[in-house]
Amino acid sequence: MTDEEILTAFTRILRDLLLDDSIVLTMETRRENIPHWDSFNYVNFIVAVEIKFGVRFKVADIESFANVGAIVAETAKILT
Amino acid sequence: MLFSVTAREAITTVPLTATVTEVDETTARFIGELRSLWRKARENANAAIMQQTFIDITEPLFGSYDRLVPGAPARIVARLNDQLCDAAAQDGILLLDVARASERDGIDAWFDAGRWLQGKLEIAPQAAPLYGDIVARILAAQRGLSKKCLVLDLDNTLWGGVIGDDGLEGIVLGEGSAVGEAHLALQHYAKQLKERGVLLAVCSKNDAGIAEAAFREHPEMVLRRSDIAAFVANWDDKVENLKLIATRLNIGVDSLVFVDDNPVERARVRQSLPMIAVPELPADAALYVRCLADAGYFEAIAFTPEDRHRAEQYAANAERAALLGSAQSVDEFLRGLKMSVLFGPFAAVDHARIVQLINKTNQFNTTTRRYTSEEIANLINLPSALALQFRLLDRIGDNGLVSAMILRPTSDDEGVLEIENWVMSCRVFGRRLEFEAMSIAVEAARQRGVKAFIAEYIATPKNHVISALYPSLGFAAVEGSATRWFLNLADYAVQNSYIVRARATIHAGAAG
Repeated sequence: MTDEEILTAFTRILRDLLLDDSIVLTMETRRENIPHWDSFNYVNFIVAVEIKFGVRFKVADIESFANVGAIVAETAKILT
Repeated sequence: MLFSVTAREAITTVPLTATVTEVDETTARFIGELRSLWRKARENANAAIMQQTFIDITEPLFGSYDRLVPGAPARIVARLNDQLCDAAAQDGILLLDVARASERDGIDAWFDAGRWLQGKLEIAPQAAPLYGDIVARILAAQRGLSKKCLVLDLDNTLWGGVIGDDGLEGIVLGEGSAVGEAHLALQHYAKQLKERGVLLAVCSKNDAGIAEAAFREHPEMVLRRSDIAAFVANWDDKVENLKLIATRLNIGVDSLVFVDDNPVERARVRQSLPMIAVPELPADAALYVRCLADAGYFEAIAFTPEDRHRAEQYAANAERAALLGSAQSVDEFLRGLKMSVLFGPFAAVDHARIVQLINKTNQFNTTTRRYTSEEIANLINLPSALALQFRLLDRIGDNGLVSAMILRPTSDDEGVLEIENWVMSCRVFGRRLEFEAMSIAVEAARQRGVKAFIAEYIATPKNHVISALYPSLGFAAVEGSATRWFLNLADYAVQNSYIVRARATIHAGAAG
């Protein structure tokens, strides 16, 4: 799975979560760029990603992801 | 309103060296705070209150020895849960037992340390569907949607083998054989359900005589013929037989759970009567009980004297039916029953039964308004309302608390009471209790200076049986309304009911 494919899947997950089809994620997107993507919905997003991709992030990583690209990179790393 | 609280705070306040008394003091204080929250919630919202039990998120400290150390975290959680349950019972709180569910599924299915750290989620998101299911069961029970009757197949369900082919001696049942014990376990479970008020029925493709003989003559049978409220064994379609069972017991088809080892029968029933619950029994009889129990069909929020005696009351009703069959006329039958009614305002001691009766009754239910435990509690001693309960006795036995009526002043005229809801158990249909109950209500209302009643009949798919109730009691249709009825109390004509009043305890209350 390419990084782009992962990113597309992330966009879909976040759209479902926040009920907002106008959301488009890029590698540079940060949580504060997306309205209503608060800490609670961040946890929900992480859970959804973990279920969707069958991965498990470390607590330390979840806390330090700088942007969406970092989550994509970590997902890709676990998957390979 | 749902209270979901963690045990962590209580655990950290208790030192590991605490004695039993010290632990109890802390946990009691903690539960006391919860109780004051419940009180506040009750005062501010007229809502049912549900309290989650504490899931045990602790890790072993000493290992097995934890159980011998009062201040060990796991012991504190256990004490909290003990005291929580006592408090919930006293305060009439609905208990959501996630602790039990997490013990059954394993703590890993319910708790995820990462989620707790990230978002203080004590219930892991993957447990959310299960959590929702348990909440829904309790809400359903509160709304009277739990099932009422367990319908059992016989061959390869209640016993191993086919009695018609193998004979009474050939069926596999009882101690000494693993398969025999598995079927026995299902019988034991059914018997326990019966003791808590679930009706039992048999629906089997069998010769009736042979099937009944097993109940009377097989030494290993736990269920006896007298445990079965409706026994149907013939060669007809089970779909029709299930309808027959519901009719005989005077309950809705949707109150049935059908347990049958045969996947063809199950599929047929599901297709024709989708409102019947049909558990997908596993191929292994060892897992029958677990499969049935897991589904939570019979979730309850109370265990009342009526539940304890339900099976006897159905048996007594069979006796009454026989009496009716031998009587020359219905009037002679009713006279011969020597009925009496015990009545009074809603009493605190009967609170749980009143809530149950109002919320489980679907047929004789004038408006099908449902009430929370709190709403009924508020009606006790509410001077402006007239809330009446009726218990019917006869020479065969006590039918229990079988009817409740709630009247309130209308907003525009205090001299008029509206019958907000009126329910009566199907067990006493055709006994003319509605006539005596109305006479009692009219007299109580007159004492308060009330001039008239307004009533409403809201039709549902289930309450057609009382569609003509109000006209039969002398009410006239309110002009321009298809559902509202009016009775001028001055015009009320008493109709003979053959029911004597055993005790009149209606207090006049405040003038209406």
